[in-house]
Amino acid sequence: MKIDRRSFLTLVAGGAVGTALSPLPFKLMDDISIWSQNFRGLPIEVPVPEDGPATYVDSVCSLCPGGCGISVRKIGKRAVKIEGRPGYPVNDGGVCLLGISGLQLLYGPWRVTGPRKKVNGKWKPVSWDQALSEIADRLADIRNSGRPHSIAAISGRAKGTVPGLLKRFVSAAGSPNFFNIPANDDAYSYAIGRMFGRAGAVGFDFENSDFVLCLGSGILDGWGSPVRMFQAHSSWKNSGTKTVQVEPRLSNTAAKADAWIPAKPGTEADLALGLANVIIRDGMYNRQVERGRAFGRLVKLVADYTPARVSATTGVKEETIEKLAAQFAAARRPLAICGRGKGHTPSPAREVMATIALNALMGSINRSGGMIVSPEFDYIKWDEPVLDQSARTGLSASPAGTLTDLLKQAADGSSVQALFLLEANPAYTMHDAGTVKKAIDAVPLVVSLSSYMDESSNLADYILPLHSYLERMEDVPVTAALKIPLVSLSKPVVEPLYDTRHPGDVIIQLAREMGGSISDSFGWDNYEACLRQTFGAKWAKLSADGYIRKSTLETFIDTALTGRMDFTPLAEACANSSGRQKNSKDALLVPYDSMRIAADNIGTPPFCLKTVSDRVLKKNMIYVDVNPVTARKAGVADGRTVTLETPAGKAVVMVNVTDEVAPGVVAMPRGFGHTAYDDYIKGKGVNVNELLMPEEDPVSGFDVACVTPVKFTKA
Amino acid sequence: MSALDDKSTDASASGGTADPGSQDSPKDKGGLAMLITFIIGLVGSLVVGWVVFPKVLYSTREQPIQFNHALHVEEAGGCDSCHYFREDGTFAGVPTLDACVDCHESAIGDSEEEAKFVENYVEPGIEVPWLVYSRQPDCVFFSHAAHVKKAGMDCVTCHGPVGESTSLKPYQENRISGYSRDIWGYDISGIFKKHEWDSMKMDDCARCHERETGSKGACFQCHK
Repeated sequence: MKIDRRSFLTLVAGGAVGTALSPLPFKLMDDISIWSQNFRGLPIEVPVPEDGPATYVDSVCSLCPGGCGISVRKIGKRAVKIEGRPGYPVNDGGVCLLGISGLQLLYGPWRVTGPRKKVNGKWKPVSWDQALSEIADRLADIRNSGRPHSIAAISGRAKGTVPGLLKRFVSAAGSPNFFNIPANDDAYSYAIGRMFGRAGAVGFDFENSDFVLCLGSGILDGWGSPVRMFQAHSSWKNSGTKTVQVEPRLSNTAAKADAWIPAKPGTEADLALGLANVIIRDGMYNRQVERGRAFGRLVKLVADYTPARVSATTGVKEETIEKLAAQFAAARRPLAICGRGKGHTPSPAREVMATIALNALMGSINRSGGMIVSPEFDYIKWDEPVLDQSARTGLSASPAGTLTDLLKQAADGSSVQALFLLEANPAYTMHDAGTVKKAIDAVPLVVSLSSYMDESSNLADYILPLHSYLERMEDVPVTAALKIPLVSLSKPVVEPLYDTRHPGDVIIQLAREMGGSISDSFGWDNYEACLRQTFGAKWAKLSADGYIRKSTLETFIDTALTGRMDFTPLAEACANSSGRQKNSKDALLVPYDSMRIAADNIGTPPFCLKTVSDRVLKKNMIYVDVNPVTARKAGVADGRTVTLETPAGKAVVMVNVTDEVAPGVVAMPRGFGHTAYDDYIKGKGVNVNELLMPEEDPVSGFDVACVTPVKFTKA
Repeated sequence: MSALDDKSTDASASGGTADPGSQDSPKDKGGLAMLITFIIGLVGSLVVGWVVFPKVLYSTREQPIQFNHALHVEEAGGCDSCHYFREDGTFAGVPTLDACVDCHESAIGDSEEEAKFVENYVEPGIEVPWLVYSRQPDCVFFSHAAHVKKAGMDCVTCHGPVGESTSLKPYQENRISGYSRDIWGYDISGIFKKHEWDSMKMDDCARCHERETGSKGACFQCHK
């Protein structure tokens, strides 16, 4: 039989029928699908987590100032989940969205994997020895040229041994120019210092209060210690505590409050003083306050803030002011707080002092359910750094007044010769960020100590990559409006993944490299030795419990504090700041914070970004919230793309027309618009800090900008 | 002469003589040949699909150590004396060396396999690379606690009477997917299932879930 075309096709047809009647095609399809789902090899490898028994490492989270205790679940050497630590005094087992997303910050591709040096605008890997010795040489040259005070440092955090070591290094080198990025804690601390004669940390006993007046504080949007605030908020449902939210936008906090008062942004202090006016006028205050110094000046001061006048300034109806004052005064344990949004930017001194005065009027200072003033942390008691002649000369030079001043000086390219950035990202977090970037760029030597390739690291000449917060042992002092501040201990949860070092060790090693008196100022072998010595006898308790704090008794003991307070600084602040709010025809741009978006120097991890509504971020565009009245006036419709223009810059955004924001206000989310990190974080929306002009508080000197006039143009 | 010329000659010839019989006979012969060809294709592919394919698809390996489940159940107690739940509720699965060493720090019997086990694994402290018959693909999340602790199911329901076996059967690995043959089952068609434990595919999970809970369950319950 000869095989022709026909018989071949017949054979194939028989084969096809037979194959279809056999399990072969179905089984093969199943196997291939499983193979593809578990593909191993290039270019894609399906990640397969290791299996095995789980272990837990307790530590603390330092992604925000909240200081929650965390318990990290590990399989083998890999951290697989961050959970809240049960029984921890701050958060008792709770954890927030950013907290659980911390693993993406540990394992994410935005980590800097080894020391880098910028050569002709490109990053080149260098060894630690080379980087440290080159930086030390450059610093020695600056010192030898007789300008040690042109060495400056900016730290993301103010407190703790690591910022302490950097400050010590800068001092030993001969410069008074050490700054931290200020937060509202600093504004409180300043106000306490002025009004009570001694700087102190402010906490609030929210759990025992029965009326909470928030002047813009997003207690459900990340203010204070977020998990603790959520827990306190839940307890208010049972205790019947009332909350009133003063804020131009219906934030989550405002939506959950008993009353929402959309006062004109930036007039919170006026409202507080208006309330004080009614309370004093009607004699509803606690008489103890009369014993305070210059109470007469307070009475005289608030006499000007009549409900009618305050109503005109704030846009809040007179009867609302009267009613709110009566409610506040009628409460058994009323509490007033300030600090906008997450409270990561300082509020004006006038506003903070007015808030403290309001609490003082109700006798709500250092009592249950009130504002608690506790002394600043004082556990760092190192000997003074050793100074050589050069350092002494440098330290006698007058320091740049504020951080904003420092950066202004830096822009000339010679006043600041070297700038250290310690986990600080001023090029993103500071207002008028565009100008800040130029200033940093002008500094001849910028050294960034950071775990991430953030905006400021990008502008640096050297990046000295740090262990991330899950890879290192460090003291984490926590104020965060806690009733009783505590010092907690962050512990290494995993072995360092990359060629990174502990920031404390980097500073000590750099000091060694500098030699002479600078090296002598750092007598410790390494950072851990420094940490153990700093805590001395308390180390055992700190390392066993993970935290140390004062007892309740020690904190509440000074109940007579109100009698010693001085209202003069408030009167002065008002005299200096009055008429700050100019009536402008333009709409006002106001940033807002959210639990879903990380602010500060942390890039929002993808886990968090996924939860952001598409009326906040859509593709790579963000929305601004605009009231229908304002939208009509500006001629913009819902969903339209517009260009916003402020004195600081321009940005293209989309418009969300909504009643959830006061007329005349353009509310923009804070935390978007990164230009660094990596493809997962950068290029999403606009950085609101680039649109806000810095505004120096005439009293405290902090940059307190929170609002700026804005114009729309249709894009 | 060209083929074209031949054709024209044929056409004129058939048209002229008009003899139907002379055309039928080769046609019949051709039909039979075709049928045989078809059957050869059919039978051949059926043999390949049902017999050759399973043999080629799986590679066979012996376990590193022969293990007598029946003996251990008798000596140590039920399944959970070795395949236990950890304190946090996770399932330990195949025991690690730590568990074995409790009894087998040195050989306690006279079996050759035990001697091999002690010499090759216990003494150098190396984990036995057991080949796990019931290992599911990594994209499958399965909680033993939910089934055993909560629903009170018996190990045998899914794993069969492993505890009665006196030796470990050869491990057959799928050459494509890399998983054990026990997941699909030994019946290559996947149709003729006698016991619940004959296969452990998604449909098997779904069938039991529908029967016991009234719902097959949602995708993300197992595929997280």
